[in-house]
Amino acid sequence: MPRISSIDSRRSIVNQKIPILKIKDYLIVPIQVDMDDRLALQLQMDILKQIEKCNSRGVIIDISVIDMVDSYLGRILGDTARMAGLMDARVVIAGMQPAVAITLVELGLGLEGVYTALNLEAAISLLEELLDKDAA
Amino acid sequence: MNSDYRIEEQDKIEILEEKDVVVCRQACRNWAKRMNFNLIDQTRITTAVSELARNIQEYAGQGEVQIQIVEKDMRRGLRIIFIDHGPGIKNIKLAMSEGWTSHRGMGMGLPGAKRLMDEFALESEAGKGTTVTTCKWLPL
Repeated sequence: MPRISSIDSRRSIVNQKIPILKIKDYLIVPIQVDMDDRLALQLQMDILKQIEKCNSRGVIIDISVIDMVDSYLGRILGDTARMAGLMDARVVIAGMQPAVAITLVELGLGLEGVYTALNLEAAISLLEELLDKDAA
Repeated sequence: MNSDYRIEEQDKIEILEEKDVVVCRQACRNWAKRMNFNLIDQTRITTAVSELARNIQEYAGQGEVQIQIVEKDMRRGLRIIFIDHGPGIKNIKLAMSEGWTSHRGMGMGLPGAKRLMDEFALESEAGKGTTVTTCKWLPL
């Protein structure tokens, strides 16, 4: 098997930034790269800053193309949801692949207390529902 | 112990910095894919590799990961060995217990990785380093 060039793989990881899209009152965060720990931590900070800047009440983190969530990334996702909660914003994790869900539970991480949705559309419906409930 | 396993092919990846954890888990997924592990096993292997490669980076600073396609008793498997010459683990029983962490992890790295793989052996000596040998077998 040809040796995977560490240099090439590294180049693809370096200097990446995960986009945070603002759509109406929501922030949508499509994660489309395999993040190292530093990038994951940076993303957490960026999301919280954007919530403040945009007065967002809801955040959707789309992980539908992520093929692995380990304990570190799982913790970052859960922490981000709780931190956003303290800022009065709701976070929904959307699109977890079945294999990722199986592995996360086997790993011992259930992401308890974190809202999840099957896909982006379901995540928006869930956010609307949650925010309506908050307003009531 | 190595005599039980016939090594068909092998490679190694050095873990020198944080990004190498990503490089390593991606490489291991490619090996698993090429061996025709199903998607769930590919994900289990990739996740276990991420946990154990991160341990090297975090506790020892650097080390290496050996990847081997092995055959034993007519079965083929992907054997992945994580070697570092870091501080070692003083209390292996404690390190293998759920929820225990000495650092920024969640305390599920070692026991979690063990659950995700078919074989898991941890050898460690304080001051000398740690070797974690794991294997996932293809279904018969």
